[in-house]
Amino acid sequence: MKLSNEKMLEMYETMYRIRAFESKGKELFLEGKLPGFIHIYLGEEAVATGVCATLNNNDQITSTHRGHGHCIAKGGRTDLMFAELYGKETGYCKGKGGSMHIADPALGILGANGIVGAGMPIATGAAFALKYNKTDNVAVTFFGDGASNRGTFHEALNMASTWKLPVVFVCENNGYGLTTAQARHQNIKDISVRAAAYGIEGVTVDGNDVLAVYEAAEKAVTNARKGGGPTLIECKTYRHSGHYVGDPEKYRSKEEVEAWMSDDKDPIPRFAAYLLEKKIATKEAIKAIRSKVDEEIVAAVEFAVNSPDPDPANLLKGTLVEI
Amino acid sequence: MSEIKQMFFVEAIRNAVELEMRRDPTIFVAGEDVTEGGNYGEYLNMVQEFPDRIVDTPITETAIVGLGVGAAAMGMRPICAMSKVDFMMVAMDEIVNQVSKFRYMYGGNVKLPMVLHASFGVRRQAAAQHSQSLEAFFTHLPGVKVVIPSTPSDGKGLMAAALRDDNPVVFMQNLRLLPTKGDAPVGEHILPLGKCDVKRDGKDLTIVAWGGCVQESIAVADKLEKEQGISVEVVDLRTLIPLDLDGILKSLEKTGRLMIVHEAIQQSGFGAEIAAQVADAGFDLLDAPIKRLGAPLCPVPSSPILEAAYLVDQAKIEAAILGFLR
Repeated sequence: MKLSNEKMLEMYETMYRIRAFESKGKELFLEGKLPGFIHIYLGEEAVATGVCATLNNNDQITSTHRGHGHCIAKGGRTDLMFAELYGKETGYCKGKGGSMHIADPALGILGANGIVGAGMPIATGAAFALKYNKTDNVAVTFFGDGASNRGTFHEALNMASTWKLPVVFVCENNGYGLTTAQARHQNIKDISVRAAAYGIEGVTVDGNDVLAVYEAAEKAVTNARKGGGPTLIECKTYRHSGHYVGDPEKYRSKEEVEAWMSDDKDPIPRFAAYLLEKKIATKEAIKAIRSKVDEEIVAAVEFAVNSPDPDPANLLKGTLVEI
Repeated sequence: MSEIKQMFFVEAIRNAVELEMRRDPTIFVAGEDVTEGGNYGEYLNMVQEFPDRIVDTPITETAIVGLGVGAAAMGMRPICAMSKVDFMMVAMDEIVNQVSKFRYMYGGNVKLPMVLHASFGVRRQAAAQHSQSLEAFFTHLPGVKVVIPSTPSDGKGLMAAALRDDNPVVFMQNLRLLPTKGDAPVGEHILPLGKCDVKRDGKDLTIVAWGGCVQESIAVADKLEKEQGISVEVVDLRTLIPLDLDGILKSLEKTGRLMIVHEAIQQSGFGAEIAAQVADAGFDLLDAPIKRLGAPLCPVPSSPILEAAYLVDQAKIEAAILGFLR
């Protein structure tokens, strides 16, 4: 796996961009400034980043209710995303979708989705189209440990494996389906074992090691591009915050959360340490990336706040093609 | 003058699919048993002409509709062959939370040109889970059109229109019409969606119906005209959503009395929505309260005697008309 220094710094920047976006979003929400509610990706940045680094704009992803990380990693703009969170006309979905329904077809983002597990059959359908049209593009579907119990998981994997569709299944196992710990919602520990049930390869990786995620994704995506069909990649990770912002998190201990947030487990300081140790980046270079992104986030929020609200006269627009 | 041919109901609908698939390479059919031709010949022999485009799926309705959503979002035009409307219920989350809402939630950035194709209705004691008329569920959704033809020619024209519409369309064929044969154009034939059709002129009473109830109502109307001089106008809705309210009101200007007849259970059937809209917009046209005739509130029973008691048929339509006019 030969990743250029430039590419690795890009990946660091992407992870930090997700971290900064989500931290700012959490802050704004707790200040009462954001409508709706948000499910943030803090702690899971390496998964979206490592996977999306193997994809181009013509590859497709389906995302989840916890989708800001995937959208950013796939090239989504933080200003248009904040505008969507604020419910503004200038948002990705004209203020009509909100946090859980951000999509940008030009970037191959087929949408975050508020229904747990809904993305898998949709990504399978996208993969069908990509194969039918004789492209070498792939679809990637992100989903959690909770979603891996849904019928959609089984139906989509069954269909994709039987038809050898170019779709990669990426399970972000953060140990909890809503408030229920993994050991209480499924009988297995490594979700990747379910791949055997569909006659395909399943791998489990450290989801907080962006390079390990990249390596597994690159292998699976290359295999899919060549017509090898789907792979199930399980990324073990952890969400720093609750299921939604404001979640009292009674179902997990402070000690557990703090352990996962330590510098040797948190994917971003881990990667920074790696970059410094291997002399791929200097302290100054990393600091510069962070400052740049911090400024971008400030500007993105400003853009959103200053954007116009949608016009209620357009309420029905978008229900049908002719409206 | 274009060439006309006698076609069976399903045959005419299939003909539309064939013509559209020849014209539009983005159309494909995915569903259970479709290479075998579908349950009632919906895709009979089509796999010969379109080997890559008639796709057998596992028995996984959720994934079939999800497949359609993903493919449509990528610019294809899938026909999700759902077999019977009863089985569409398995995929209701996909239909309600994805198909119906995708375009809107994503700010109009995506469109889903797709057809969900299913049979519905009572036939040969298939019983509770294989005999239902569930079109009302789909009429409660924004972002979805609902089409139900009553003749072979209309079936062909409406399916062609559905396959040229860039919105999701639920297209359902009433199994009661399987034996029906009728004249249909041989070549390209397209009807507008959202327009009802007066299938029988009359002046005493308007019946609004769709699917097989149109034909049953016409038969009763002919009988009552002959025997008692009662003149019933039968309006074939053809498209439930978008609803052609103006077309219905136009008929009421003549008759002043409305009865809605559908094979579906009367409670919360689509007749209720029509009645409410007409009562609002057409109150001044009405000489009497609006009547609905639908099935009773029970599952479709299996015994032939019970099924016959359940089914909205000519005897019940006639009794309802006579009761209404008294």
